[in-house]
Amino acid sequence: MSEQFTGAEIVLKSLLDQGVEVIFGYPGGAVLPIYDSLFKQNSIKHILVRQEGGAIHAAEGYARSSGKIGVVLVTSGPGVTNVVTGLTDAMMDSVPVVCITGQVPQHLIGSDAFQECDTTGITRPCTKHNYLVKDVNKLSGVFHEAFAIANNGRPGPVLIDIPKDVQFAKGKYLEPNSITIPKHRLFEPKVKGNEGQIYEASKLIANAKKPIFYIGGGCINSGLKASNLVREFVKETGAPATMTLMGLGVLPSSNKYSLGMLGMHGMYEANLAMHDCDVMINIGARFDDRVTGRLDAFSPNSKKIHIDIDASSINKNIKVDIPIIGDIESIMNQFQDVWKKNKFSTNKDVLEAWWKKIEEWKKIKCLDFEQKDEIIKPQQAVKRLYELTKGKNTIITTEVGQHQMWAAQYYKFEEPNRWLTSGGLGTMGYGFPAAIGAQVANPEALVIDIAGDASILMNMQEMSTAVQHRLPVKIFILNNEYMGMVRQWQELLHGGRYSESYTDSLPDFVKLAESYRAKGLRAKKASELDKVITEMIETDNTVIADIWVNKEENCFPMIQSGSAHNEMLLNKDQTHDKQAAEKGKVLV
Amino acid sequence: MNGSNKSVYDTPTNVSETRRHILTILVDNEPGVLARVIGMFSGRGYNIDSLNVAEVSNQHLSRITIVTQGTNEVLERIQTQLMNIVPVHSVTNLQTEGSAVEAEVALVYMDIDERNRKNAYQICDFYRARRIENEHNSIIFEIAGTSQRIDSFIKDIRNITQIEIVRSGPVAISSMKKDKEE
Repeated sequence: MSEQFTGAEIVLKSLLDQGVEVIFGYPGGAVLPIYDSLFKQNSIKHILVRQEGGAIHAAEGYARSSGKIGVVLVTSGPGVTNVVTGLTDAMMDSVPVVCITGQVPQHLIGSDAFQECDTTGITRPCTKHNYLVKDVNKLSGVFHEAFAIANNGRPGPVLIDIPKDVQFAKGKYLEPNSITIPKHRLFEPKVKGNEGQIYEASKLIANAKKPIFYIGGGCINSGLKASNLVREFVKETGAPATMTLMGLGVLPSSNKYSLGMLGMHGMYEANLAMHDCDVMINIGARFDDRVTGRLDAFSPNSKKIHIDIDASSINKNIKVDIPIIGDIESIMNQFQDVWKKNKFSTNKDVLEAWWKKIEEWKKIKCLDFEQKDEIIKPQQAVKRLYELTKGKNTIITTEVGQHQMWAAQYYKFEEPNRWLTSGGLGTMGYGFPAAIGAQVANPEALVIDIAGDASILMNMQEMSTAVQHRLPVKIFILNNEYMGMVRQWQELLHGGRYSESYTDSLPDFVKLAESYRAKGLRAKKASELDKVITEMIETDNTVIADIWVNKEENCFPMIQSGSAHNEMLLNKDQTHDKQAAEKGKVLV
Repeated sequence: MNGSNKSVYDTPTNVSETRRHILTILVDNEPGVLARVIGMFSGRGYNIDSLNVAEVSNQHLSRITIVTQGTNEVLERIQTQLMNIVPVHSVTNLQTEGSAVEAEVALVYMDIDERNRKNAYQICDFYRARRIENEHNSIIFEIAGTSQRIDSFIKDIRNITQIEIVRSGPVAISSMKKDKEE
């Protein structure tokens, strides 16, 4: 008979064999045996959060900044329901996370026991897959399969629910290489793209008059090599390229082919180029509604190539002409081969005319602003933050709202995995715990959460986590005392009736930081900004920098919901179509 | 600048017409697999007209047969989403495959007396419905066949007597030669 282990020991052995170094968690009744096993070993570090929601966002930040799988350990019932938001977030943004949850003992399942909930039922739509493990002998197999599924194909969250009696029961442990995962359970992802389609796509690109690359987060998920290959191919073709919110960093923003971000608050030139292009090469993006605007007016005259690992993304929102399913790294290699073999090249004269048009659009300078008086413009705050952290090993996270868009617009990213933001789900409260996770994965990095005053309050409790684990995360609050994006929409679409979007009774963020034994800083005037940012960077402790910004500032340029790419608003004085605004109101 | 748009809700262009489709889905027979499949339908707003699940003879596999309505584009999306479910082995749209045989079963309880017995039995005979013996001696018929055939049986028998009916919803199988399949 092989050696026997308890379920809790098997959990730890599985995690070790999967190369897990850190888990983010919070103990409770139904996971006590696992916490007991954790206590008896020194290989895996546990980061104790202050609410389970913080654990999963931290695991996401850890995963996105390191390329490894984030691991979460929480108890049954409320422990589970608190991670549902984060699981959905990881699902939407394709972040590989394995979430281990305790469950009441099997004989109590279904009896409405204390801290019982239908974990697999609740989390089924917000995970790639989930398990309720009833047999301790199957536990190690489930773990190894879960890690494979989380990282395989389009990455995402996987949950393992373990009843307490299974954690105590004794059984055998199987090592990762001693189990075989049936092929169909791993989506049999196509790694290589279809040769014929790659040839057709190359031909289309070579003959294009107005091509554009539309680059998404899939490039980052595919790995560093993928980003480099995309950069090389963009350079080879000489075509302009724009990135989604999730794709920022694939192309350095200093790259001459980069038009920056596109979409609702994207660059004027990027959106107009998308609208007017004749060939669109979508690499790892998913035609999200924040990007497309009105579907029937989305890039009406272009042939569309869509490269994606997830077949269900093809033709979901936009019908494409040449779909290529597979991993971006392999496909970009194939493109290079096909391109060379057939001696394809783009017509530089034709492209020059296209670039000329783009240069015209650039002259609008859609991000221009003027820092006139002592009231700090939020754009200026982000701009100075960028300039003063330039060249440092910096990772930026954000919450959700105006500050997130200003960060995307004014902070310039040169590398992938340096920008962590909640794109798909738009989770306020994501940024600070994600920064904690990123700091755990990158102890040497300068990790800054660009936050809003409303968002930061959603996971403020994690200050305690950051200070306990000596994580010198910096929170850079653009404080306008409003839920800024809500206020902006109310101003533009609801007649300036600011219903419940003003945050009264905000805490004194400096004193709040100090009460956690962290550092609190404040800038009230433009002249104080640089000093505060510099002090924040130099402080070897968790810092809250409370930056008082102009309360009424809006985030522009903007494509309103229900409008097309060529209907961008550049400022609030611009007259916009009243009728379109009425119609856009019903959208989100 | 936004004149021609009739609706703010986006209407995809070149949509094919809505038709009935039969999907046959082979899955690992494990807890929760049915919930995963039907949850995908409800969560993404697709319809299920009928649903059938049964274990296939060997290897812990189950076959789920779903009848749904949709355009070709919608069906393509349903199929790729189903393939993303971990325990799903394969999804076949028997509508696109063209040559498939389908059948469903109905059990019909009839209220029959001396006056309508002869007519009712004639119709049952015509449709090859079979009477099922039971301990209460109630008149219960079983009919199998395509859904249209059962529809017309029900229509005819309702002209004669009151009935109570339970239908299974169709199952279907490809009628193409096996060696042509993958």
